[in-house]
Amino acid sequence: MAEARRIRPFAVRHLPGFPTMALICFVCLYAPIITLVMFSFNESMSMSQWGGFSWRWYVAAWENERVQQASLLSLIVATCASLIATTVATAAALGTTRTRRYRGLTGIYVLINQPLMVPEIVTGVALLIVFAMVKVWTGYTGIGYLILAHTAFCIPFAYLPIRARLESMDATLEAAAADLYATPWMAFRRVTLPLLWPGILAGGMLAFVISLDDVVITEFVKSGGQDTLPTYMLSQIRRIVTPEMNAISTVFLAISIALVTIFFLLSRGKKQ
Amino acid sequence: MYRACEGVGKLQATVTQVQPGERAAARLGTGQGAVAIALKGVSKVFGSGADAFKAVDDVSVDIRQNEFFTLLGPSGCGKTTLLRLIAGFEHPTSGEIRLKGKDISPLPPFDRPVNTVFQSYALFPHMTVAQNIAFGLEMLRRPKSEVQETVDRMLKLVRMEQLANRRTSQISGGQQQRVALARALAPQPEVLLLDEPLSALDYKLRKEMQIELKRLQSETGITFIFVTHDQEEALTMSDRIAVMSEGNILQIGSPREIYDHPAQRFVADFIGESNFLKAEVVRPLDPGAEIRLPSGATLTAGVPEGMRPAGSVTVVVRPEHARVVADPAAGALRGRLTNIVYFGTDTHYHVELPQDGEFIVRMQNQRGSEASFETGDEVGIEIGDGAPQVLKD
Ligand SMILES: Nc1ncnc2c1ncn2[C@@H]1O[C@H](COP(=O)(O)OP(=O)(O)OP(=O)(O)O)[C@@H](O)[C@H]1O
Ligand SMILES: [Mg+2]
Repeated sequence: MAEARRIRPFAVRHLPGFPTMALICFVCLYAPIITLVMFSFNESMSMSQWGGFSWRWYVAAWENERVQQASLLSLIVATCASLIATTVATAAALGTTRTRRYRGLTGIYVLINQPLMVPEIVTGVALLIVFAMVKVWTGYTGIGYLILAHTAFCIPFAYLPIRARLESMDATLEAAAADLYATPWMAFRRVTLPLLWPGILAGGMLAFVISLDDVVITEFVKSGGQDTLPTYMLSQIRRIVTPEMNAISTVFLAISIALVTIFFLLSRGKKQ
Repeated sequence: MYRACEGVGKLQATVTQVQPGERAAARLGTGQGAVAIALKGVSKVFGSGADAFKAVDDVSVDIRQNEFFTLLGPSGCGKTTLLRLIAGFEHPTSGEIRLKGKDISPLPPFDRPVNTVFQSYALFPHMTVAQNIAFGLEMLRRPKSEVQETVDRMLKLVRMEQLANRRTSQISGGQQQRVALARALAPQPEVLLLDEPLSALDYKLRKEMQIELKRLQSETGITFIFVTHDQEEALTMSDRIAVMSEGNILQIGSPREIYDHPAQRFVADFIGESNFLKAEVVRPLDPGAEIRLPSGATLTAGVPEGMRPAGSVTVVVRPEHARVVADPAAGALRGRLTNIVYFGTDTHYHVELPQDGEFIVRMQNQRGSEASFETGDEVGIEIGDGAPQVLKD
């Protein structure tokens, strides 16, 4: 017995019950999703009985005016927030990797990554309070608040891949550009930026997905009558559950998978 | 230090037939004498307080135009730091860097007419070979036609015409090296800095590139400051060598001077093989000095410039400047042969001296004169007059 234990090195895979646990995890993770996707194509209204294949719920969702509005708002917010977040994150990544170490650098890391550490619900409540005050002062109730809030929590997601890319990039390339008479701006435009693109694109993509997904902070920040797709779905599901939600979720899932796949391809490929 | 001799010597060699009045004019006019880069008391300290580290320590040197100047020294002695100071990536803690008389210390790298060939080449991976070479010229906003023309000329110079449109990741190490060289030469800098550009290449390619580099230097007429820790490379390629140790330049001179007349033990030890002997100075000569070895033999020896040797000193004798002779009484030293190592072109004789330890003699092998020595023999060592060199330390 002791003999056998010595021969076999420790590995999680060999623990008793591991395959069963793994199976349970997979079932828990994927069975609901598979069911959801399946029933989005269900002809009947039932969520438990298969009534044949149809595109019916997709058509219904497509023609639903409120779904259209919510989708539009989601897209606008996600696009604006990810664009701004990526720009800020690029600047932040340059500022934290392309300089000598300076005092307060750790503080800056904490600041940038704050949204990863502070619970969303706390951020949500805090923003709610602040924006409520601003609303009273200014009277403005547009989508600016949503964009601002989304930008804030998207920044670390955009920052991380950009910074990873910068750190894997040889800094002597920029030195070589400076040596060949390129001003700092030209060196950035002609050397750093072209090599950084995949990282920026990946960061932007991730930020976009994160923004598209968000429920908690949006729920707190949105003004009356505003709904992004996730908050709209939440409000609908509270009342009645129709396969229309399945259809919207499936489309959502497809977009997320596509974007995340591109993200992985971008951050893995081309890295010398 | 020997550095003053060579340049002045060369100058005088060309000037001796000229009348004294014309001498000053000749000196001013020739490119040989004009200074390209002058370092004056340059120091560089990294860090501060307790972990302050002096990477370059009060270095002063004049590097002449069109010179192939080599910085030679062991790892960590500050060679790269010195280049980075000249290129502008670091700024001196104290001292002054002049380019053709103009103080360039405050200028950023992109304002200095100095280009670098980096040890890792640092070619831009997202550009083709031709785009890499054109980069510097484009940054200088040269007209398109001129850029094109120069790129073509550079491609031809480094023999890379066929690969102009390749990505730099798709060419071999030696080819990358040549692209890095062409890229740095294209803007026609006043000075080219090369940081161990050949160290990544295999032996054969290295030999080829050494010749290529010399050719490029003479064809372009640009001042080269070359960093290496390979003494053979330094000796074969340089006009002058500066031997560095721990941030200091110990000696500057032509390869011959450095090799034949090392001023310090470190220099003698670092370049070539050396035998160190204790000796007494009998009397100074002009030039050199007469010395007496412990064996009683007296010889004339070279003396570093500016040194007035007296009392007991250490001298260095190169292995090939001595001969083993069969008669123990005939040479300047006597000892017992402990080892004979055959190297093809020459043979090394290891002789155990009674006082000074092991002495190595290198003698060339000649047909028909196969030596008749055997290990264990009592032999004499002949040292020619002038072969020993007195060291400062
Ligand atoms: N940025 C820096 N900060 C602190 N110390 C440094 C820095 N750059 C170099 N040094 C130190 O200065 C010394 C000289 O470094 P340098 O790179 O000039 O050596 P080198 O002669 O080029 O050596 P090698 O032959 O290994 O390239 C080293 O001890 C190094 O640790
Ligand atoms: Mg170095």
